[in-house]
Amino acid sequence: MSLFVEIILKIIIFILVLGVCAAASLFIGVADITLSDLLSGHPEAWSLVSISRIPRTMALLLAGAGMSISGVVMQQMTQNKFVAPTTAGTLEAAKMGLLAFMILLPSAGTLWKMLFAFAFTFGASIVFLTIVRKIRFRNVIFVPLVGLIFGGIIGSISTFFAVKLNIVQDTNAWMMGDFSGVLQGRYELIYLSLPATLLTYFYANKFTVIGMGEDFSKNLGLNYPAIMNIGLFCVSLTVSAVVITAGVIPFLGLIVPNVVSLLFGDNLKKTLPYVALCGSIFLLLCDILGRVAVYPYEIPIGVTVSILGAIIFLAFILWKK
Amino acid sequence: MEKVTGDKAKLWIAAGALVAVIALYLFWQMGGSWQFALNLRYVKVLAILVVACCVAYSSVAFQTITHNRILTPSIMGFESVYLLIQTIVVFVYGDNTYRVLSDWGNFAISIIGMVGFAFLLYLLIYKRGKDNLYLLLLVGVVTGILFNSLSSFMQLLIDPNDFFIVQGKMFASFNKINRNLLGIASVIMLVTLYIGMRLARYLDVLALGRDQAINLGLNYNRMVQLFLALIAVLVSVSTALIGPITFLGLLVTNLTYELFRTYRHRALITACCLVTGITLLGGQFVMERLFNLSIPVSAIINFAGGLYFMYLLLRVRKI
Repeated sequence: MSLFVEIILKIIIFILVLGVCAAASLFIGVADITLSDLLSGHPEAWSLVSISRIPRTMALLLAGAGMSISGVVMQQMTQNKFVAPTTAGTLEAAKMGLLAFMILLPSAGTLWKMLFAFAFTFGASIVFLTIVRKIRFRNVIFVPLVGLIFGGIIGSISTFFAVKLNIVQDTNAWMMGDFSGVLQGRYELIYLSLPATLLTYFYANKFTVIGMGEDFSKNLGLNYPAIMNIGLFCVSLTVSAVVITAGVIPFLGLIVPNVVSLLFGDNLKKTLPYVALCGSIFLLLCDILGRVAVYPYEIPIGVTVSILGAIIFLAFILWKK
Repeated sequence: MEKVTGDKAKLWIAAGALVAVIALYLFWQMGGSWQFALNLRYVKVLAILVVACCVAYSSVAFQTITHNRILTPSIMGFESVYLLIQTIVVFVYGDNTYRVLSDWGNFAISIIGMVGFAFLLYLLIYKRGKDNLYLLLLVGVVTGILFNSLSSFMQLLIDPNDFFIVQGKMFASFNKINRNLLGIASVIMLVTLYIGMRLARYLDVLALGRDQAINLGLNYNRMVQLFLALIAVLVSVSTALIGPITFLGLLVTNLTYELFRTYRHRALITACCLVTGITLLGGQFVMERLFNLSIPVSAIINFAGGLYFMYLLLRVRKI
């Protein structure tokens, strides 16, 4: 019983921290908004909050939770702690999908954009899993290396077309992870990641089992291919929704799950809430940092996350026992 | 025995093919002012040969010491360092870049930056008593991602006109080779390659695997570090001279392994140099003369190399 209370307490603490970060995200920005403005019903303050600040904060929350959980699912599917959207070519594939959309159907709606990104991420994830299955000796570090090369190949194919159409700088600009363009009416697609995240939580126990290997899961009576497909679906949906709304956010799916697993273990049913919370908190902090560092200008979150993420990840692999 | 003689014959054929491609490239549609055309063309041929030798040796040696056919040294972050340097220069100087920094200066800074980066990386891993090569690679790749994000951030802020200076550096091209640089690059390449070829027999031993190599009396870590140093120099020279061609190494080494059965590195590396030369010159010839395409040859090689490589990954049963 006391264990249960302890878990609840921990989660409450995390939620409190998240609440503080989210509140900070609502009130930090170029336009000055105070709590009293909101309470007194100041119309300008309210419209600013509802058009810009709330969408941005929601997008950060969802993207943080979604990308981190995608990382967990990919790590379970490949049984490798170093696999995540960054190291499996998933982000590059979403990029390629967007580029294909821009080239083939530039005037079609956002739904098509989403479909393109989704189809490309889904396809690339299947190819990556096929490749991983062929790797003879499953050296922990070798699998993500293959994934990075795979991503590089996808990237070079996209680059080829970008060069041909002379849109290299534009593509780079679209892809840079950045939440400053998140406004009401332009970010709602990111809510698609919510059902994917919930679905993952629903199947958490099955993903835990999948992490023990194909033979083992089949032995336990699990429908292995079906669960793998659900995982692929959730990851592709989340990643494409986030990339379309906010651009590429590297490292998140790599660091957060590893830190959580060091602290809380590997039982997904228990740890997934922590993963989601930590992901959101980390992303919010990075965004706030980007907003404050060169105030009144902004550093895109892609840069802050990359720098912090790369440093944490390097520390993680270099100091790991 | 028969196989070895077969390889020897193939080597001669490859050498013949390379000479033929060079001749074709030099003399195709010369036109009236042949001196002018020849003067332009031979510089490109020389540059291609220098790059071919750098890429061939570094990729084969790298794949041997990592025991892997799907890796190439350029993924280790060299190209990210190069791009970061180029971006910073344009970011700081804008359209004054060419006036402030001579090609010489740029070449020197790039090489020092890349080699310095590699040695820092080696120090970081080996001083910590971790001799895991894959760890070294992963750290290199992650640092590369970090540098790439920094570059793309700066590239967003650069004026679109100035960005074309950076974009010109993002893709390897043989169309703007500086003759003076070609001289120094060839000298560095030849010296490194000479040392590398003298050490090639140690690669034969390293190819047997770490345990076997140690068993045969090789100072394994020392040897690997030595080859890593040679690789760093060669990759840096090639990248600083023409720009990044990430997947060329993958493409040509695997082509070489398909064509040649030998495990002796002296022959293998020679073969790979020839294959790389033929690929690059042939690609350049087709793009430049037959299709009149303005796309840099490196973008095409990355594209074709990438596709070929995906095919290779999916076709082979085990990696």
